[in-house]
Amino acid sequence: MDNKRRKFLKIAGLSAVAGIGAPAALNMLMKGNVQASSSHGHGDDHGGGHEEAKGHGAHQKEVKLGKRYGMVIDVHKFNHTPGLVQKCIDACHDTFNVPDIGNKKDEVKWIWEEPFAHAFPEHSHYKKNTELHHLSFLVTCNHCDSPPCVRACPTQATFKNEDGIVMMDFHRCIGCRFCMAACPYGSRSFNWRDPRGMKDGKPFIKKVNPEFPTRMRGVVEKCNFCAGRLKKGLLPKCVEATGDTKAMVFGDLNDPNSEVSKVLKSRFTIQRKPALGTKPSVFYII
Amino acid sequence: MYDGAKIIPGLIIFVVLATFAIWYGAGDVKQVPKPEKPVGYTNCVKPTQEMKESHMTLLNQWRDEVIREGKREQVEAGGKMYEKSLQNGCMHCHTSKEKFCDVCHSYASVRPYCWDCHMSAKKIKGLEEAI
Repeated sequence: MDNKRRKFLKIAGLSAVAGIGAPAALNMLMKGNVQASSSHGHGDDHGGGHEEAKGHGAHQKEVKLGKRYGMVIDVHKFNHTPGLVQKCIDACHDTFNVPDIGNKKDEVKWIWEEPFAHAFPEHSHYKKNTELHHLSFLVTCNHCDSPPCVRACPTQATFKNEDGIVMMDFHRCIGCRFCMAACPYGSRSFNWRDPRGMKDGKPFIKKVNPEFPTRMRGVVEKCNFCAGRLKKGLLPKCVEATGDTKAMVFGDLNDPNSEVSKVLKSRFTIQRKPALGTKPSVFYII
Repeated sequence: MYDGAKIIPGLIIFVVLATFAIWYGAGDVKQVPKPEKPVGYTNCVKPTQEMKESHMTLLNQWRDEVIREGKREQVEAGGKMYEKSLQNGCMHCHTSKEKFCDVCHSYASVRPYCWDCHMSAKKIKGLEEAI
């Protein structure tokens, strides 16, 4: 009897050791194999080496891939052409059926005017140039390279598309307004009221563009850099409205030969609240 | 059975009420909806049966492709190119929401929320006439 128990314990102990040890040993062997094969491949063909170089490059410098649309706004040209600011705003708001609610609280806007102090609060206003007082700055969504609204959105209703445009998918917006809290530029508007409604017999949308939908109550909206028009090879509506004045220059910031890139290289420009690190794509010539 | 005089009529009333939905419409043949087909167009972007069954899936797919993936290229049907869009694509041929979309939707008692934002020609006219 004793002998049998002794034998049983021995076998049980051995199988326990084997059971725990074997997978570990196998794992080690497998890893060894993978390492061996990868070093083999590296020595064999140049593909591996090339890939490593690419990876290395990414570590040192930010690789700029694809497009990143941006815009330069020349404030002086705007102010030398009276009515141009309003023309741009109307061109945009008429195209996208942006409602004119008529009061500041419920206001919906994609592109609008701001005085210097509101557009550039980080810049010193102490003893500033008197001309700046009278200048109006056309502001819109900055289509940031690092957009805080996208990070705040819980449903991915707002996202950055392949062209660097911060897009809104109205279908998916739940109206939580986190993005509005996150946006440091106030570029987003909430539809507090039904945009198809009216006040005193006047509809909020004066002239309906049948090619674009309206929004519904409880949805956030903002400028989309005319993503649809860009795909058709057209310029955004506001840029188109400036015509030959060149008050707005639009193009791909990642393309060194684009018109915007050339303007940015040759002129001194400022961005709105650059210290926040959002990397706005809209630049201003003051 | 105790109180049979109450239970049996009670049961009959219960069965009649419970099956109300079945016998209420019996014999009353409802007209199968006939949405108005666009004049001058013979081909839709997908076969009719597929459109009947899953046009909503196609619309969602188009929405995601256009907005999220930026694939705004047009689709071909019967030699003509159409935009991947409800207002500019579908309603280019199916011009009347009331005579096409609504006919089946109200028969099937579905209320798609497309029309919260997208507009029919009639709605556009209505909004403009209010000025």
